Amino acid sequence: MAEVEGGCELFSAGHRACGGCGPALAARLLLKATGKNVIIAAATGCMEVFSTPYPETAWGVPWIHSLFENPAAVASGIEASLKRQGRTEKVVCIGGDGSTLDIGVLCISGAFERGHDITYICYDNEAYMNTGIQRSGATPYGASTTTSPAGSCSLGNPRPKKDMPAILAAHGAPYVATASIAYPNDFVQKVERAINTPGPCYIQVHTPCCTGWGFESGETLNMAKLAIETGLWVNYEMVDGRVEKAKKVSRKPVEEYLQKQKRFRHLFKPARRDDVIAQIQGIADANAERFGIDIKRKESSE
Amino acid sequence: MLEFMEGSHAVAEIVKRCRPQVIAAYPITPQTHIVEDLAQMVANCEIDAEYITVESEFSALSACLGASAAGSRVYSATTSQGLALMFEVCFNAAGMRQPIVMTIANRSLGAPLSIWNDQQDSISLRDSGWLQFYAEDNQETADLHMIAYKVCEDHDILLPAFVCFDGFILTHTFEPVALPTQEEVDAYLPAFNPYQRLDAENPLSFGMYATPEYYMEFRYEVDQAMQRAKQAFVKAGREFGEQFGRDYSALVEGYRLEDADTALVAMGSICGTVKDAIDEMRENGRKVGLLKIRAYRPFPAREIADALKGVSTVAVLDKNISLGNGGAVGTEVKSALYGSGISVYDYIIALGGRDVRKKDIAAVVDLAEKGKGDMFYGLRTEVL
Repeated sequence: MAEVEGGCELFSAGHRACGGCGPALAARLLLKATGKNVIIAAATGCMEVFSTPYPETAWGVPWIHSLFENPAAVASGIEASLKRQGRTEKVVCIGGDGSTLDIGVLCISGAFERGHDITYICYDNEAYMNTGIQRSGATPYGASTTTSPAGSCSLGNPRPKKDMPAILAAHGAPYVATASIAYPNDFVQKVERAINTPGPCYIQVHTPCCTGWGFESGETLNMAKLAIETGLWVNYEMVDGRVEKAKKVSRKPVEEYLQKQKRFRHLFKPARRDDVIAQIQGIADANAERFGIDIKRKESSE
Repeated sequence: MLEFMEGSHAVAEIVKRCRPQVIAAYPITPQTHIVEDLAQMVANCEIDAEYITVESEFSALSACLGASAAGSRVYSATTSQGLALMFEVCFNAAGMRQPIVMTIANRSLGAPLSIWNDQQDSISLRDSGWLQFYAEDNQETADLHMIAYKVCEDHDILLPAFVCFDGFILTHTFEPVALPTQEEVDAYLPAFNPYQRLDAENPLSFGMYATPEYYMEFRYEVDQAMQRAKQAFVKAGREFGEQFGRDYSALVEGYRLEDADTALVAMGSICGTVKDAIDEMRENGRKVGLLKIRAYRPFPAREIADALKGVSTVAVLDKNISLGNGGAVGTEVKSALYGSGISVYDYIIALGGRDVRKKDIAAVVDLAEKGKGDMFYGLRTEVL
């Protein structure tokens, strides 16, 4: 972890994020990992808005925001320029899940296919939070958002999360990882590994949003931890396309995670929807199977 | 020394001599020959640049924006649908004051799909904050690139620019062109000196968001820079003339206007046809002249009013249409001449590559002198 001079954070306090904001913590941890020798290309979104209201900025490193969908393309140009100038700054993109999994996919795919030496960080809070909690390709199955609301004939978001890490691994990315703000050292180490791996690398960091998910602002890290402990979020690394080092857990039932969030409240009230809860449990079970994260299951071999 | 070459090749040769450090482009007809030539130059180490083969025009301009912000002189080229795909980045690059130079091989916009020339593409970006220069021939096209870099990178301006030349009519046409040597270009265009850049030694935030307390002032500053760009262009054009003998100090340029009763107003390659038509009409005793608009943004309203103050009738040739309100150039010329008493008529002409001949120009003059205008010219009524 890079030393921060004078006790100051490179990502300053005093920005305008909500209390308990997961993405703000991710930004702070990101810059602890990168240190000063970095250029950040940011997407439009919560983080951009809360951290750079002109004339104030929270970023103590060079930072550029152009548009919602283009940080990977902007970073491609920055990287090419630095290469031509013989400069050494690392180039890091940061965008939310809407920017990364939806509107920015074209630019990201192009940048990864071309093999630019950039690291792309997606802070995944599982919906378009800046515009008021609309569903994205990263919104989990069954979550109620303002564009996938639960209703008399709707169970919330009808689709599971898009598997962006696999998509980028399929581009030949040398290093792809998922992380969670509940495990800050792990996230920081993954960022350090990514920026020091030549070529395009990707990290999707789970950043619960108390405002969008509906939980108390003091519960952000607990919520991130529960996502891991239920198997609905898996921390893993993919090196040259192969999964390595998935974090093992003694899994809890998904209900423990779901019932603490307003976005899943319709699964419990007015009537309990065991069928949907079972489907979500199925997603966690499939994750556990795919990544081999169960500590206990390993002992009882089939 | 004059060399016989294709317009696109002339552009590539002059861009090479302008020493861009990062080129990002996506192929689209009729721009392709430019970016193919540049790719070959990079492949042959004739040009010391990174060439990013982006996956879309949207990313081409986004990459140029990033490279420019990081401190490199950049270049791209596009047209038509590609420029339309860049729309969002165009406004952004101008607002972020990045001095990007981009060639526009002017082409119509679909639907219906058409690869042929008009100027709808760049004119549709007239409000984006990009300087727009239109060339009549391939020599002017090449020369305007050097001038564009000089104007854009001026620390009093810091705006991006389109250098527009007509698709196929110029891009694919061979003409004699005098290309300056590398030493001559270096003497005219200094090395890129960014006003600010992304730099770990001096961390700055680029592209922050502005609340209502600040947004209008940013837009005002861009407009002020646009206004200053008139003088910067005149200066850069004069310096170009002093060094190379071809003077571009005029934002608008008259042809046989001195004693003209009727003036045509046009932009781009059509001006060559118009000049020939004027010569013929003059032989028949008709007092006709041309005002060529070289700089469409910033719009030289005062210069247009000055140049046309002696005429009684103006016929504007618009290779575009602001659907529902006539041609964009005609609308603005009318605004520039408001209160002058001059009759101004607008003609939508040559859309989607429809050929324009000298007799068409004469017919437009006839219409204008009869007070008939604000119309499409040359419609094939049998297919309507």
